[in-house]
Amino acid sequence: MDYTYTILILLLPFLSFLFLGLAGKWLSHRAAGLFGTTVLGVVTVLSYYTAFTYFTADRVDGVFQTLVPVNFVWLPFSDALHFDLGIMLDPISVMMLIVISTVSLMVHIYSFGYMHGERGFQRYYAFLSLFTMSMLGLVLATNIFQMYMFWELVGVCSYLLIGFYYTEKAAVAASKKAFIVTRFADLGFLVGILIFGYYTGSFSFDFTGNAVYAANAVHGVVPETSKALAAGGFILPTALFLMFIGGAGKSAMFPLHIWLPDAMEGPTPVSALIHAATMVVAGVFQVARMFPLWIQFAPETLHIVAWIGAFTAFYAAAVACAQSDIKRVLAFSTISQIAFMMVALGVCLPEGSFTDNHASLGYMASMYHLFTHAMFKATLFLCAGCIIHAVHSNEMEFMGGMRKYMPITHITFLIACLAISGIPPFSGFFSKDEILVAAFQYSGVMGWIMTGIAAMTAFYMFRLYYGIFWGTENKEYHAHHTPHESPAVMTVPLIILTVITCTFGWILPGTFGSYVSATGEAYHIHLDWSVAATSIGIALIAIGLATWIYSGARQPIADKLQATFPRLHRWAYKRFYLDEVYQFVTHRIIFGCISRPFAWFDRHVVDGFFNGLAWGTHASSNGLKTLQSGRVQQYAFVFLVGTLLLILMLIL
Amino acid sequence: MNFLSLFVLIPLLMLLGLWLVKGQKGVRAVMVVGSSTLLAMAIALTVKFLMDRAAGMDAEMLYQASFVWFEPLHISYAVGVDGISVSMLLLSGVIVFTGTFVSWDMCKEYFLWFTLLSMGVFGFFISVDMFMMFMFYEIALIPMYLLIGVWGSGHKEYSAMKLTLMLMGASAFLMLGIFGIFYSAGGQTMNVLDIANHTGGANLIEFSKQCLWFPFTFVGFGVLGAMFPFHTWSPDGHASAPTAVSMLHAGVLMKLGGYGCFRIAIFLLPEAANELSWIFLILCGTGVVYGALSACVQTDLKYLNAYSSVSHCGMVLFAILMLTTTASTGAILQMLSHGLMTALFFAIIGMIYHRAHTRDIRQLDGLMRVVPFLAVGFAIAGLANLGLPGLSGFVAEMTIFVGSFENADMFHRVLTVVATSSIVVAAVYILRMIGKILYGKCTDPIQLQMHDAHWEERLAVIVLIACIAGIGLAPAWLSNLIQDSVQPVMDSVHNVAHNISQCNPFQ
Repeated sequence: MDYTYTILILLLPFLSFLFLGLAGKWLSHRAAGLFGTTVLGVVTVLSYYTAFTYFTADRVDGVFQTLVPVNFVWLPFSDALHFDLGIMLDPISVMMLIVISTVSLMVHIYSFGYMHGERGFQRYYAFLSLFTMSMLGLVLATNIFQMYMFWELVGVCSYLLIGFYYTEKAAVAASKKAFIVTRFADLGFLVGILIFGYYTGSFSFDFTGNAVYAANAVHGVVPETSKALAAGGFILPTALFLMFIGGAGKSAMFPLHIWLPDAMEGPTPVSALIHAATMVVAGVFQVARMFPLWIQFAPETLHIVAWIGAFTAFYAAAVACAQSDIKRVLAFSTISQIAFMMVALGVCLPEGSFTDNHASLGYMASMYHLFTHAMFKATLFLCAGCIIHAVHSNEMEFMGGMRKYMPITHITFLIACLAISGIPPFSGFFSKDEILVAAFQYSGVMGWIMTGIAAMTAFYMFRLYYGIFWGTENKEYHAHHTPHESPAVMTVPLIILTVITCTFGWILPGTFGSYVSATGEAYHIHLDWSVAATSIGIALIAIGLATWIYSGARQPIADKLQATFPRLHRWAYKRFYLDEVYQFVTHRIIFGCISRPFAWFDRHVVDGFFNGLAWGTHASSNGLKTLQSGRVQQYAFVFLVGTLLLILMLIL
Repeated sequence: MNFLSLFVLIPLLMLLGLWLVKGQKGVRAVMVVGSSTLLAMAIALTVKFLMDRAAGMDAEMLYQASFVWFEPLHISYAVGVDGISVSMLLLSGVIVFTGTFVSWDMCKEYFLWFTLLSMGVFGFFISVDMFMMFMFYEIALIPMYLLIGVWGSGHKEYSAMKLTLMLMGASAFLMLGIFGIFYSAGGQTMNVLDIANHTGGANLIEFSKQCLWFPFTFVGFGVLGAMFPFHTWSPDGHASAPTAVSMLHAGVLMKLGGYGCFRIAIFLLPEAANELSWIFLILCGTGVVYGALSACVQTDLKYLNAYSSVSHCGMVLFAILMLTTTASTGAILQMLSHGLMTALFFAIIGMIYHRAHTRDIRQLDGLMRVVPFLAVGFAIAGLANLGLPGLSGFVAEMTIFVGSFENADMFHRVLTVVATSSIVVAAVYILRMIGKILYGKCTDPIQLQMHDAHWEERLAVIVLIACIAGIGLAPAWLSNLIQDSVQPVMDSVHNVAHNISQCNPFQ
């Protein structure tokens, strides 16, 4: 099978970006939107076709082959190291192709309605195209440097789209924050790449040609380069962990998560595409991409990743329970769910740790959850978009009782909530269950922690659900403009995504693992009913609790809880004041205590020295010029005195 | 007559033409024709060079020619180009071309000096004789004083004086260094290639002499390359200079510094470069971070860009001192990249200043709605500055970092990591600036009246953006072109590396 055509998957959105960016000014909104959506439709078709041919092709030794249909040297560094651009097809990249193109297409269609009549409509579609291109380039990368390149590009697209409403102060600040925080994390990624490239002599994802891998694979053979041996010890884990820091920035792991809630200032479809389904999982994808190295050389470090993930999942779930802005709740829920995926990767153990060959179950679980989460979280965000579109506010206090006005949104939102809470038969149940199984396999503590967080997820999601669709209706506010259901162009994408969420888990029972697994060999998913029953039970209890507290027209228990623990609620609402800490560090310490003194030092000390030099020259020549007075008497006097002195010296 | 000399001859003809013509139209005609010819020649030279290299002409410098000019001191008019000078000529061609359009309304006298400056720049890059290089360097320097002092803004007299004096001070060092090299190499030739390869009567320069002259030449050129702590002329000078002069100065003249450091200090004094590089590495590494951090709190757009230039040009010298082929290639790429993007920056800042009569970040707001073309150009310049992939800055920075990392010791590693941190700081100051002046709502009545770019301004901006994106999207040919020429220099540095004592206390 010749996959060279896959280059079109990257090229088409890029050309679409160029066209819309340059010619957008002269296009009508309709034409621009249609153009962008059509191009993306073609890309989606190509992606599905690729996935179909790839997954139906014959396996070699029971493993899907890794194919590199396109690869060329883009920038040569030295004889050994070069920066390649190319396309690599393997199970996870092909899976990501489906995720990105599906969600992106849905968002393109949805935006037609959501962004209707907005100023900058063409620009919006241009940026969406650029983002899709970058994200696809990221997952199809053949080497870590290409990944980094597209990684930066998605960062910039995210910046541009968060700041889409650039006349709003909050949007500008949020976009800046998102970019700078992730840039800071990317510094770790870059240094990790540099270390990795230097010691292994290659940036490629084809680890078999990699010096360290080779040195380790052939036991007892001294590798040609001693640096490769040294790298096996602690250098490779260091490099991997530094890369993970970059991933933690993009995937909003604690403490680098602070940008994601603010990123909700962008248009809601953008939040659905970039900040829920695709870009934010780039960190997970990166760890999965480097997984063969992690598991072989740095399993201990991988467990650190797991614990960071677990803490993030807990922290974000706790904060989500206290937020009142519906998009913020979803943002924290995203952080928490991505942390689940990170945990799943982190709890993997080297092959052979167990007799039953499931040591890397977490890898499959993580990718599975990535897929299902992308679908239902995109649904949730798009629903939120419909609600915001109808209510013109993000705050829950202006909602309540919306189920009457927006039936389609209501049902799709409910299904997505059930999916994220892990209720069968929706897709989230299947993937979350695999994660929990993997966590229990790693340690009981981790398993119970993650089960607890899963319960919290169910709780805050239903708190949100009841807050929006049930409870007291804000009649006073709704009197101004009655909320109404969104147009079909917005609801159809919701329905499509919901259908995927409803069916993906059970229609092909256990097949996900046969396509995507750590070793590449087919792995048949089978439900571990003891874990599944526990998690369903706990989720149901949490949902019941949320129903008890939040479903009524009045919420005495919620008010009482808030009154009993005012400080806890306040802290959670304020996200444990982490933003303020960052604000203090950047503004007070970096700007105030470093930059300003530097600037002062430059103007006064460094520059002062040179000005002093000039002044010194000036002053000394001023002093010297009195000697050249032009008065003959003075000259004669000096001449005489000089002569006398000379004579005296000669005599003495 | 060697065709390279046309690069000097055409500006001379332009000077003649400018002197003869009358009226603004005539001046513009001469400038447009002349600068287009220069640009076309630079492009033609690049193509020819690439073709000849592909055809197997592998001499270190191509198209060499030499005429004795002053026998007693062995000064000759010697020209020749390698990949580095070709790329620099290309850069100069683009900047002079766009600079002409940016200073569309300027008078005849201004263009006379402008052209003289260009002649100095082109002459410098084609010379292979140390004395000729020095002479062209001075020719490029003096017009700057008048251009800033007469047509500048703000504290123009002070700035012009400061810039000229500091650069003159540096020339004094440089002259000592050049004569020192000349006599230490036997006093038979001023030709750079002869001295480096010990041909034409030149002998190997003793180690102690190399260490004596290295600081002179490196600092002499380094001042022009805005090396910390000798960079203070740059913020004042740029802030006061008229737009096209800022462009030419930051875009090309500062590159003379990096080019000179590479061509004379490193190439001719390789042992000393190995021995003493650590001192200057610390200075340049400091400059990279220091410039970036200082830029964070500036309020004047030109000052901000000037400090950002200190950081980026510091990176150039930093990379050269890493003494690896990859890093030096990155340094040359960075010179090109910085030249283009900073020229774009200064051009647009000048256009904004011309309309809004202020460059204060705090007073500008919401320009995206008012002047969309300029604002988008500005944003692209900003994104190039912070190293967005697909634009030139990314290519250069990545090459530098990978190259720097080839030095395996702790000292170089730590400095490299410190230098990489500047990309984060760059994001901070660029986004702060973009957020403040482009985004938000414009309320100022004068700013609301601003009109968007004229055709000649658009042309300049588009050409610069096209070059930035061109390098950013397809860097391999340029990188190969430069790398082939950097290789022999680095070979000579590495060949001597084993017979010196490492005096770096950090190693």
